Amino acid sequence: MSGFPILSVMLAIPTIAAIVCVFLSANSARWLALAATLADLVLGVVLWANFEIGGPEWQFVERHDHLFGVFGYALGIDGFALMLIMLSVFLMPICIGASWRAIETRVPEYMAAFLITELLMIGTFAAQDLFLFYVFFEAGLIPMYLIIGIWGGANRIYASYKFFLYTLLGSVLMFIAMLWMAHYAGTTDIPTLMQTDFPVHAQTWLWLAFFASFAVKMPMWPVHTWLPDAHVQAPTAGSVILAGVLLKLGGYGFLRFSLPMFPQASAQLTWLIFGLSAVAVIYTSLVALVQQDMKKLIAYSSVAHMAIVTIGLFAFNRQGIEGSMLVMLSHGLVSGALFLCVGVIYDRLHTREISRYGGLSINMPRYAVLFMLFTMASIGLPGTSGFVGEFLSLNGTYQVSTWITLLCTTGIILGAAYMLYLYRRIAFGEITRDDVRAMPDLSVRELWLLAPIAAVVLWMGVYPESFLAPMRNDVGALVARVSQAAPVGDSQPTMPATHGEAR
Amino acid sequence: MSYAASLLLALPEEILSVSATLLMLVAAWGGQRATRAVTWVSIAVLLGAGIALLGPAGSGGEAFYGLYHADAFASFAKVLIYIAAAVALTMAPGFFERTSGDDLRPEYPVLILLSAAGMGMMVSAGDLLTLYVGLELQNLAAYVLASFMRRDTRSAEAGLKYFVLSSLASGILLYGISLVYGFSGTTDFAGVAQAYAANGHAIGLMFGLVFVFAGLAFKISAVPFHMWTPDVYEGAPTPVTAFFASAPKVAALALAVRVAISAMGPATDDWRQIVICASLLSIIIGAVAAIGQSNIKRLLAYSSINNVGFALIGLAAGTPQGVASVLMYLAIYIAMTLGSFLVVLRMRDHEGKPVETIASLAGLSKTRPGLALAFMLFMFSLAGIPPLFGFYAKFAVFSAAVNAGLFPLAVFGIAASVISSFYYIRIVKGMYFDDPAPAYGPADSVVEGGLLTIAAVAISPLGYLAIPALGAWTMAAAKALF
Repeated sequence: MSGFPILSVMLAIPTIAAIVCVFLSANSARWLALAATLADLVLGVVLWANFEIGGPEWQFVERHDHLFGVFGYALGIDGFALMLIMLSVFLMPICIGASWRAIETRVPEYMAAFLITELLMIGTFAAQDLFLFYVFFEAGLIPMYLIIGIWGGANRIYASYKFFLYTLLGSVLMFIAMLWMAHYAGTTDIPTLMQTDFPVHAQTWLWLAFFASFAVKMPMWPVHTWLPDAHVQAPTAGSVILAGVLLKLGGYGFLRFSLPMFPQASAQLTWLIFGLSAVAVIYTSLVALVQQDMKKLIAYSSVAHMAIVTIGLFAFNRQGIEGSMLVMLSHGLVSGALFLCVGVIYDRLHTREISRYGGLSINMPRYAVLFMLFTMASIGLPGTSGFVGEFLSLNGTYQVSTWITLLCTTGIILGAAYMLYLYRRIAFGEITRDDVRAMPDLSVRELWLLAPIAAVVLWMGVYPESFLAPMRNDVGALVARVSQAAPVGDSQPTMPATHGEAR
Repeated sequence: MSYAASLLLALPEEILSVSATLLMLVAAWGGQRATRAVTWVSIAVLLGAGIALLGPAGSGGEAFYGLYHADAFASFAKVLIYIAAAVALTMAPGFFERTSGDDLRPEYPVLILLSAAGMGMMVSAGDLLTLYVGLELQNLAAYVLASFMRRDTRSAEAGLKYFVLSSLASGILLYGISLVYGFSGTTDFAGVAQAYAANGHAIGLMFGLVFVFAGLAFKISAVPFHMWTPDVYEGAPTPVTAFFASAPKVAALALAVRVAISAMGPATDDWRQIVICASLLSIIIGAVAAIGQSNIKRLLAYSSINNVGFALIGLAAGTPQGVASVLMYLAIYIAMTLGSFLVVLRMRDHEGKPVETIASLAGLSKTRPGLALAFMLFMFSLAGIPPLFGFYAKFAVFSAAVNAGLFPLAVFGIAASVISSFYYIRIVKGMYFDDPAPAYGPADSVVEGGLLTIAAVAISPLGYLAIPALGAWTMAAAKALF
């Protein structure tokens, strides 16, 4: 495989397809988009198959330094990036499939917007140049703004503005920090910057600037308010890609920038992350409990899950970081699938109000089974992907702070409460309305959308090693890098140094 | 230096002014019939002046005993000016055909040429007096151009307003020049710089500096001297507005940079405060005031004020990198602005009458998808959202500011840029999210369509490939001042 620019090809396919799409009819645009995303999926599988586990840290490297003058075109992936790219290319064909019938107006533009989004997501994860990363990261605003604004729900204009301005304000501060870093280190190469020791007093400011961006993307409480609006108004596939991949940019950012580049500042500000995350877990779970709108409920649950990611990342140990990555992957699959489940019944009844449904297990048994599986995965039932990640993440956090772990674990209980409550109201009980009774079960197309996700969710739950193995070395490197600043945990029995025999 | 050598160095301005004079005679005898011919000849003349820059005129020499600098900095600015002037000429015939009763007259291209000659003098000025003469030549042509639609009261008002306010600013500038001359004993930039180096905090020199910058701030329409811009932009005929928003902006900003660096370089710490203040105010007022606008030309006027604020960030850095970033900003800004005005030019109802309300853009993506796509690219580019090329313009100036240690400026500036992105995305919202308004009339001009496409491609991500070449060129131009 050496020499073949597979990452560039993965970027080129959606780009070309997007340009061609605009000139096609609705139906050809659908097929072209599906073909292009499937081609990228195949390339993604090839990428994974050729990824040398335990090999060099950065693989499939392509470098054209200074192609753009002050910054270059440099691509390359490690285990983290590989997993997130896989998540993107896996969800993309599903998004196209989910929009097959639901989107009827301006289909070519819609497909082009999704293909551009795919290009930008892969680019963000694969970029090895600071500013190339920023370009991809920030450019994602444009297609997402259009997707929400053109094909969204009734209140789409407000949601699109909020999404755009919120995320832009977060990112521009990060941009200034990047300029400073490039000036200080004299390079824009991310692997080099990850080994650069920035002065400790500057680290705090840089960390806060990056935090402003990633916290909004993540999203963390209290800057999460754009997410429910954006989710509720976006079309189904838009929600899938938003929850599935775009939210992962925040976590990836912490992993790639905040922790390895500013370890001291990360350690100093861990209290901030832990505090906000603990509030997020409990508060947003309670908010989710009282939602009447299905999409809003899942959106709030996303915020809670992302808080589990952040505490795991800032545990500074292997379990925490591996767990966070798995929560991100699992949440990408599960919340994407849940949004698809909402989309399935929304397409039939055109409402997301929970109280309008009920008793769907009677007339939609196949739907009810799959929905049940994803509900359980979201709760974190052992055997599903959700369990592995949350357990590892909380396990890692426990070594650092028992109190925060205690608080955040309540989130799992609350999560069970709101998800089971949602499931009961939708799938169980008697059918009281005629229009609900008339709803047909999953079509073949819908089954094909949900079944692959279900398979991967179970795979990840039963044998997570497949997903952990590519990341193992990178986690090791990251832990070694941050160990210089890692805080002391409170879970070990404290032994006063002078009275060694005190116990 | 012999007189002949000097004349050779100033060749572009000579080409422009001699041709303008000859074409004026053609216009006088040929009358209305000569319009098209004069227009095309004028474009050729601009091209010729551009070619002349390849010769001794771009060599870096000084002509007329230091009054005139034919350096790389001037050449770069002139290239931009000539491009903008040529585009403004191309736009004109199609526009004036559709106005009620105001025909394009052959004086229009002549005035543009004279204005371009004046701007060439401005950016090449090596002396406070050359500066002033160039500025006035450009301004006098501009007043007439603003009121070119004689039967349109708004156009006449624009011209008058521009004339009165601009004269006031020229007065302020002249007063500053007189103070500088009085306290330094010379009007030569190098001599002035020596005076500032020797006795920088003399009260007269400080006052002179403040007045000169106030006068220049008016010409580049930086806040708080921006009041005239929206009114003049709204009233002037659209091709003239496109011209005002591009060429004179480049000339005046380049002039401000040259004065700041060459003449007042030793007093950098003093003028930097003024520039920072004007820059932040321009960014914020340019962003906030634009939100309430309903006329597209007024909106673009505030957008130009906003953009000048960003360009001034590069000047505030006061380093070669900063100056290069200003030039880079101007080059990209020209493409975005001219492109936007080419779109505005196509906003016509079915009878061909110009429409200028933002509301009329509603649903443009359904009625005219290509035009909407182009305008969307310009808007996102002006907002500085990657991957469009407008992002790199901001990248360059902010990079220069951060490298010069001006963090607070960079942080405030970039945070305020979020405000301005609001009104740009509001236009996109109108075109893409709203239900269609009555469709515009068909566009027939192939030339304008071609120019629009070129501008759109220039600000597309493909533009990034031009960065190494453009970066080297702007850096060479900036080094000429240090």
